[in-house]
Amino acid sequence: MERKLKMLGDEACRSMAAAGSLDELNEIRVRYLGKKGELTQVLRGMGNLSAGERPRIGQAANEVRAVIEEELTARTSALKKLVKEQRLRGESIDVTLPGTPFPRGGKHPLNLVFEEIQEIFLSLGYSIADGPEVETDYYNFEALNLPKDHPARDMQDTFFVGSETLLRTHTSPVQVRTMEKTAPKLPVKIIVPGKVYRRDDDATHSPMFHQVEGLAVDRRITFSDLKGTLDLFLREMFGPETRTRFRPSYFPFTEPSAEIDISCATCGGSGCRVCSHTGWLEILGTGMVHPRVLEISGYNSEEVTGFAFGMGVERVTMLKYGIDDMRLLFENDLRFLQQF
Amino acid sequence: MRVSYKWLQEFVDIDISPQELADRLTLAGITVEGVIELGKGIEKVVTGRIESLATHPNADKLMVSSVNVGTENLQIITAATNVREGDVIPVAIEGARLASGLVIKKAKLRGVESRGMMCSGQELGIDPKTMASEQAHGIMILPPGTALGKDAKEILGLDDFILELDLTPNRGDCLSIIGVAREAAALLGRSLKQVQPRFSELPERIDGLFRVDISDVDLCRRFSGRLIKNVHVGRSPLWMQQRLRSAGIRPINNIVDVTNYVMLELGQPMHAFDYNLLKDGHIIVRRSRKGEKIVSLDGSERSLTPDMLVIADPSGPVGIAGVMGGLATEVTEKSVSILLESAFFNPISIRRTSKSLGLRSEASLRFEKGIDIGGCARAADRAAQLIADMGAGDVVSGIVDNVPLPIQERTVTFRPTRATYVLGVEISGDEALRILKSLNFSVQDSGENMLVTVPTYRVDVNLEVDLIEEIARMYGYNRVPDTLPFGQSTRGLKTRQQSFIEKIRCVLAEAGLYEVVTYSFISPRVFDNLNLPAKSTLRNTIKVTNPLSEEQSVMRTILLPGLIEVLSRNYSRQVRDGAIFEIGRIFYPQAEGHIPDERPVLSGAVMGSSSASWNRKPFEMDFYYLKGVLEKLFRNLGTGEIEFRSDTAHTSFHPGRTASLEAGGERLGILGELHPDVAENFGLPEKVTAFEIDLNILMAASGRPVSYINLPRFPGVERDMAIIVQQGIPSSEIFNVIRLAGGELLRSIQLFDIYRGAQVPEGFQSMAFSMKFQAEDRTLTDAEVSERTEAISRDLAHKFNVELRVK
Repeated sequence: MERKLKMLGDEACRSMAAAGSLDELNEIRVRYLGKKGELTQVLRGMGNLSAGERPRIGQAANEVRAVIEEELTARTSALKKLVKEQRLRGESIDVTLPGTPFPRGGKHPLNLVFEEIQEIFLSLGYSIADGPEVETDYYNFEALNLPKDHPARDMQDTFFVGSETLLRTHTSPVQVRTMEKTAPKLPVKIIVPGKVYRRDDDATHSPMFHQVEGLAVDRRITFSDLKGTLDLFLREMFGPETRTRFRPSYFPFTEPSAEIDISCATCGGSGCRVCSHTGWLEILGTGMVHPRVLEISGYNSEEVTGFAFGMGVERVTMLKYGIDDMRLLFENDLRFLQQF
Repeated sequence: MRVSYKWLQEFVDIDISPQELADRLTLAGITVEGVIELGKGIEKVVTGRIESLATHPNADKLMVSSVNVGTENLQIITAATNVREGDVIPVAIEGARLASGLVIKKAKLRGVESRGMMCSGQELGIDPKTMASEQAHGIMILPPGTALGKDAKEILGLDDFILELDLTPNRGDCLSIIGVAREAAALLGRSLKQVQPRFSELPERIDGLFRVDISDVDLCRRFSGRLIKNVHVGRSPLWMQQRLRSAGIRPINNIVDVTNYVMLELGQPMHAFDYNLLKDGHIIVRRSRKGEKIVSLDGSERSLTPDMLVIADPSGPVGIAGVMGGLATEVTEKSVSILLESAFFNPISIRRTSKSLGLRSEASLRFEKGIDIGGCARAADRAAQLIADMGAGDVVSGIVDNVPLPIQERTVTFRPTRATYVLGVEISGDEALRILKSLNFSVQDSGENMLVTVPTYRVDVNLEVDLIEEIARMYGYNRVPDTLPFGQSTRGLKTRQQSFIEKIRCVLAEAGLYEVVTYSFISPRVFDNLNLPAKSTLRNTIKVTNPLSEEQSVMRTILLPGLIEVLSRNYSRQVRDGAIFEIGRIFYPQAEGHIPDERPVLSGAVMGSSSASWNRKPFEMDFYYLKGVLEKLFRNLGTGEIEFRSDTAHTSFHPGRTASLEAGGERLGILGELHPDVAENFGLPEKVTAFEIDLNILMAASGRPVSYINLPRFPGVERDMAIIVQQGIPSSEIFNVIRLAGGELLRSIQLFDIYRGAQVPEGFQSMAFSMKFQAEDRTLTDAEVSERTEAISRDLAHKFNVELRVK
């Protein structure tokens, strides 16, 4: 009897090991452990045994049952794992197919550059100021030391909308407007991004373009501070290897005035088509705020000094992205805009 | 201004190359745009005389010449028609190289040997515009006495370099050779070579022959005159012609050339009158009288106005002061006596006159920037000297030099300590003194307060800070150290509007729209293209007085047309799908004398579909797409409720597919599909949807503080409901009824389906809602929820007469 039980157990384990599916396993379970299963049959036949044999055989039968059940659990989980693995293998996808498209979109490159310039100056403690695009002659010219009939008015060919009103030719009027509002408090540290207008239209000029103006006014602001600030800005903007060159220039609202060149990134300064073979690119105009402008704006020019600067955002954008025709910036061809 | 390197060297010894000089000048503020080598590449071109000229045996249009080049006679075949026997010309001999790079070789032309080529000015790199018309395209003919066999480059002054200056408007003094030489001398630490003009004069005195009265002393502060007799008007010497050409001026005749030469050399514009045509030898400098006219040198009759200054004789104007002379008193070949004028006129007056006459001349250009009032007489003397030296006339003794008001010396107080304060670099008194002296400023007291006298030609220097700039540019801007301002530190801030706009830009870019930038000025015709009624307030624009074109002649009162044009341009370039936005200002006129009201607005437009993909169908970018974008934007900005109301009145939009937007009862903007006619007007297909929003109003409605609401702790109950309702009832009204009837237990409603078609009667639609009920303090019972849904059904039925299907 005991031998039969053991054989039964071995047989069950062998067939479970050979079982290839959960169904087969289930059949095996039914065959041995089911109501009419072989082991069950054996146990049922225990009644015929002597009282002395019964506990021994009973124990042996339970042991066999335990072995079969243990094996059954192990095999079931192994087979389940196998089945899942098989299923997952069948579910594989082509991971190289393109992802579900999200709508693309983007900011205009001019505004990307605006934001970049702004961030640099915000971190230097400059606030952002704003002013009207249609200006008075007073703020656009006179308060900036450009009286009527001043020959330097020719530097900026102007659109007029009335006898005393015009489209601002630069963002500089905001200098005066801001100082008027702030004086006599100090310091004034602003930058002014905005649209400006001049009567010019070709591959390098647009009748509407963008400038960023900057102004720092305080006690003891020096030309050397102007140099340091703009040198820092330009290296932040164009990379640490950028070299700067300051040339004397002329703006009626600054004295001394300067034009700043940066080393040409295309050729590294050795001269190429981009920099007209000079190795330098003109990038911004600057200078110490003219004492008359300070006085007009409500400051004592003996006590207070300052510097101002202005740059064309189109030019910076074109240099930054290697754009060779300014008109592209205003055509708004989507295939152009999608590149930024 | 074009400056000859050789001419400069007459005034200052320069021992650096033209390019080095150009760099030094540029870094001192006299910007040199370029250095041009005249006669570059030209080799083996010599002077030769045509000894004989005969027709070519085998060709009608060719001539066979014998040209004496000093050492031998060369047989040269030429097609030139402007040469005669005896003419001296530039000859390119065998192996010669011309400006174009052309190399001359011995050749046979129609069987006859030719050993060189006669040259035109152009072939030698001379700008035809600076040559007399008969010579501009033919062979260049040199003066008869020119030595033969000499290097033509030297003879023609082509062994020179030209510095092209790009001067700032304050440096009118450098519109002259002497001015640039002064700068070069200061930079190189050299002294300026300047000699007083010397020449012999006739015994006869000018006093009885010529006088000048200045009536308007505010406009003419000096008039110097020289009289020349026995004038022989003819060609000026070659060197003078070449000097003028190098500056881009065409030689005319010896007298005119001298006046131009002096202008280039000294910066003093001059004019020569035919003395015998001046009535009574009397010049009056006065404002023009009403109705006066003059025929200027260019042959046009000009009407003069009383604010213009004229040079007149007792019979009337003979010249427009500082702008252009009169034709009647022009120097011609017949002239025997001439009057040379060298004067100082008020810069503003000259500027106004030349502007209003539309006449810009080399003279007016200099006068309006302010010339050297101290140099008028010297310039007249220099002109007299040149005329005498070239034997073109005899100088009458003496000069008339009328200076109605004394010329005041300008003095400026200068403190080296102030220079140090402004520049941020130590400027010692000695350094300042050295620099100022090198620029011919005279300094009286060299202590803490220097009294600096400004040379008369430096009209740009008036204040101490101007002197500080002089110090800085000579010291070298690039030697000034780089520092950062110290003092009270500040925090960089954006205005609320800037942050707001930046946020919008980010949200819309994220949502798939591309930002565009269009011009603020538009064509007034776009209002017609937008089908706007004649009385639309949008047509009340600010007009640009002097636009570049009609297309850019009014300031926009609406952003939309700019965006539609962008879509249209893209569409015509086969970009058929597009979603764009712009943030910009619109301009509304205000009362006369006031600047306009500038309002920031946001506009967007879409056409076509989203991009297709292998796993997603493209969707149409229509009204609901753009509305969704706006809803996302509003949510991100934290606006209060924005209402979309059907708007059938706006003529630019589809009457059935347009909504006006309101925020807190204020009109925020519009969203809609363009009217098909408008789309067509702009060359676009139907189904372009666009919006425009006033950003001030949006900003006022935005930025609601976020306040946390407790998460639900008790389960909710969902119920679906479908209703069949007449088409045309705005869903917002249905929502309102449901919300009201649902009460506070109704947490959310979602419209998940709209169906028209089978089983739904014509003119009706089925709308399916999913509603969620939830209470904060308990689990809802079925009865409670049913009570609400029944209330909803009842109200809907009552209000819209709907048929219900509740699930």
